[in-house]
Amino acid sequence: MARMKFLCDAERCIECNGCVTACKSEHEVPWGVNRRRVVTINDGVAGAEKSISVACMHCSDAPCMAVCPVDCFYKTADGVVLHDKDLCIGCGYCFYACPFGAPQFPQAGAFGLRGKMDKCTFCAGGPEADRSEAEFRKYGRNRLAEGKLPACAEMCSTKALLGGDGDVIADIYRERVLRRGKGSEVWGWGTAYGPGKPGAQPPAGAKS
Amino acid sequence: MKAALLALVALGVFGLAACGESEQVVVYKQGKYQGKPDGRPWENDPLAAGPKWTKGDQASWETQIKTRNLAQHEHRRIYQ
Repeated sequence: MARMKFLCDAERCIECNGCVTACKSEHEVPWGVNRRRVVTINDGVAGAEKSISVACMHCSDAPCMAVCPVDCFYKTADGVVLHDKDLCIGCGYCFYACPFGAPQFPQAGAFGLRGKMDKCTFCAGGPEADRSEAEFRKYGRNRLAEGKLPACAEMCSTKALLGGDGDVIADIYRERVLRRGKGSEVWGWGTAYGPGKPGAQPPAGAKS
Repeated sequence: MKAALLALVALGVFGLAACGESEQVVVYKQGKYQGKPDGRPWENDPLAAGPKWTKGDQASWETQIKTRNLAQHEHRRIYQ
């Protein structure tokens, strides 16, 4: 098996935030912490608006691992980057190092006391007994230990967000791109409006 | 004369001492994970209701994950 990866298809993402909700719900993530979020560029600009779902990308050479002063990060056999919350000191170096803004810090109190880092685990839990109460409380549900894939990707309604074995999802994406073509041929238009070009008139006698 | 020559050589050696090519950047050393060990997903029993694999068999777990992965491929899932 290759490494576990996420891949978000900007042509398909409809900014429904279903992945964000699924993650929050699956792991009972506390208020103020977002392990996943949807980023939109050119918001409101017709034809140019694109959205992408972002979380920890489980980097092959993760900068968070490099900068952690207490070495609380590790990588599983499947390439998932995880950390030990018992060791984390909440310094925030990983947040500065991460290009995706993945590390999150729960804050509380009038002075914004910062807690230990929390991030996407690829639904792989953490260094506690698999599927235990302690693991769920600290890291969320361990879906990989249940033979499942991350909740965000599995429930994505348009299948914009793919998650799993990097080779498999790359093949899925490649085949999808080859099928849908480009421009107005992209997936979605033909499904919604038929195979015609935008602005084309329906054939005579066609029922609406 | 000899003392002056020695002084000149010493001065030259001292002056060239700054011309060494010592490393100017910090070299990152890979840290070692200090935390608790973690289990592997295939070392668990499958849930009663859910995907099945053979406990401890990495290959069967990976096959199961791959099957589940392909469920995200609607071209194969729907049109096959």
